Amino acid sequence: MTEQVDAGRRHFLTVATAAVGAVGAGFAATPFLASWKPSARAKAMGAPVEVDISKLEPGALLKIEWRGKAVYIVHRTPQMLSQLQGMAARLRDPESAESDQPAFAKNEARAAKPEYLVLVGVCTHLGCAPLDKFTPGDVTVSADWPGGFFCPCHGSKFDLSGRVFKDVPAPTNLPVPPYTFVTDTRLLIGAEAGNA
Amino acid sequence: MSSTTSQNAVGRGRLAALQTWIDDRFPMTTLWKSQVSEYYAAKNFNFWYYFGSLALLVLVIQLLSGLFLAMNYKPSSAEAFNSVEYIMRDVEWGWLIRYIHSTGASAFFIVVYLHMFRALLYGSYQKPRELLWIFGMLIYFALMGEAFFGYLLPWGNMSYWGAQVIVSLFGAIPYVGDSLMEWIRGDYYISDVTLNRFFAMHVIALPLALVFLVIGHVIALHEVGSNNPDGIEIKYVKGPDGIPLDGIAFHPYYTVKDIVGVGVFLILFSLVIFFAPMMGGYFLEHANFDPANSLQTPPHIAPVWYFTPFYAILRSVPNKPLGAALMGVAVLLFVFLPWLDRGKVKSIRYRGPLFKFFLAAFAISFVALGYLGMQPPTPTYTMAGRVFGTVYFAFFLLMPWYTSIDKTRPVPTRVTYHGH
Repeated sequence: MTEQVDAGRRHFLTVATAAVGAVGAGFAATPFLASWKPSARAKAMGAPVEVDISKLEPGALLKIEWRGKAVYIVHRTPQMLSQLQGMAARLRDPESAESDQPAFAKNEARAAKPEYLVLVGVCTHLGCAPLDKFTPGDVTVSADWPGGFFCPCHGSKFDLSGRVFKDVPAPTNLPVPPYTFVTDTRLLIGAEAGNA
Repeated sequence: MSSTTSQNAVGRGRLAALQTWIDDRFPMTTLWKSQVSEYYAAKNFNFWYYFGSLALLVLVIQLLSGLFLAMNYKPSSAEAFNSVEYIMRDVEWGWLIRYIHSTGASAFFIVVYLHMFRALLYGSYQKPRELLWIFGMLIYFALMGEAFFGYLLPWGNMSYWGAQVIVSLFGAIPYVGDSLMEWIRGDYYISDVTLNRFFAMHVIALPLALVFLVIGHVIALHEVGSNNPDGIEIKYVKGPDGIPLDGIAFHPYYTVKDIVGVGVFLILFSLVIFFAPMMGGYFLEHANFDPANSLQTPPHIAPVWYFTPFYAILRSVPNKPLGAALMGVAVLLFVFLPWLDRGKVKSIRYRGPLFKFFLAAFAISFVALGYLGMQPPTPTYTMAGRVFGTVYFAFFLLMPWYTSIDKTRPVPTRVTYHGH
């Protein structure tokens, strides 16, 4: 037996112990970090909801709750739909290229049926609920206001299809949730036709 | 013991024996001497030096009042709002305990902002106090987290939407933003799950972190020694006894001085608690008297005053990721002060006109941004936010330039002191 310390062996053992310990700590941390993800119950409560829109008057807005978020359903009048044309120059994403919507809503009306607009009422900036300011020229927004949605938190503006204006903090159009018409007057929010 | 010895001496003898018994097992006397009775600080501390000890006092006030609130508060979305009303109406003295805690939150930020401004005035973050400063900044970050988590707990509508806005800031991070938000909330929206975990963070994780960070802050302070209004290292001029000539023992001299500060502070603190606990909507926001409603944003949403300078910066940028990033940078820049400052002197007393100008402009911008962050988003206010935001960043980013060319004055070897 030698009294000499084998420094190389000690260094190897130190590094090996530290490495095994770090891997162990990583594994031990996983359950705790994963426990922060939505639980099975939270996921189940995020299921689709069905809405009756037969009593929604033209020009009116209906708010329903899906996954704790407001979903706006607007029965647009022909005048409101005609407002959508000629807006492109004032909008950041008029074709909805960068925005979040089902494929069927990637158009000017951003809807399956143009007279019914369905939007998630959560501003794409920091999540406030935009207000419905449908009256053109509403002075609480601006004199040249064409009508649409206005977020009171940070001043983001959206047109009557939820398309975002230029020079406001919100980066993209208001999201359109997946939805499908079960009948002419019943909407299923949270699922698209075919995978409901 | 002779029979002529007084009863007192016998008592002292027993006490001394107890002290020896403890000191043999725990360094009680050594700690007391090194940290308190023989810790020497410069004798020229002024008004600005009250806020460190006051911050410690407010921490204790918050820990105690928070403990008693937690005994009656229920962290669930169904019960939280009503349990706060229960504390206010039915629990004996519950209103007082809650107002102490809510006023304490604002008081914490007031004393911490003044404490930080003191460090800017006298260069207290400069070498060799960089780590002391970083500990302080970590305390500030933990405090911001504590305030954010705590603000959701009353489950009022402003609590709800404030949390919604701040959690959404993480959504600005490319690629992982959306899943990160879901992970923070534990749900698809701010729900019961979110409230429950924020409560756990507010009452366990962050208070523990705060206490340990404060201990680290004080250990670092006592290692390098306190700075002073002249920015002179007193340990370079020592008497024959090895004690700095400009130093006085923390106890009794500064314990006594700090007690005066505590007295004045508690008078002001009580005035707010008893006569203006809401402080006109600045300490407790009006919209928070409505229960949380996930479908209805309050008409005007603004964070509590202590976050508004950063919120104003966020709002002035018409681009979500950039606005969120600039807001984060605005907070983080403080950490780098020890390396941004190239000044040859510490204290403003010997700094040149450039530093004085930039510090004054910064202080004005910070207050102005704080005001703008509470106002509704009009084009004029947004433009003002951009101007003051630019000044805010200029203070930090131009610092290496203006501190290195500034005309400083010679620093004396002994502190400026006038006997009283």
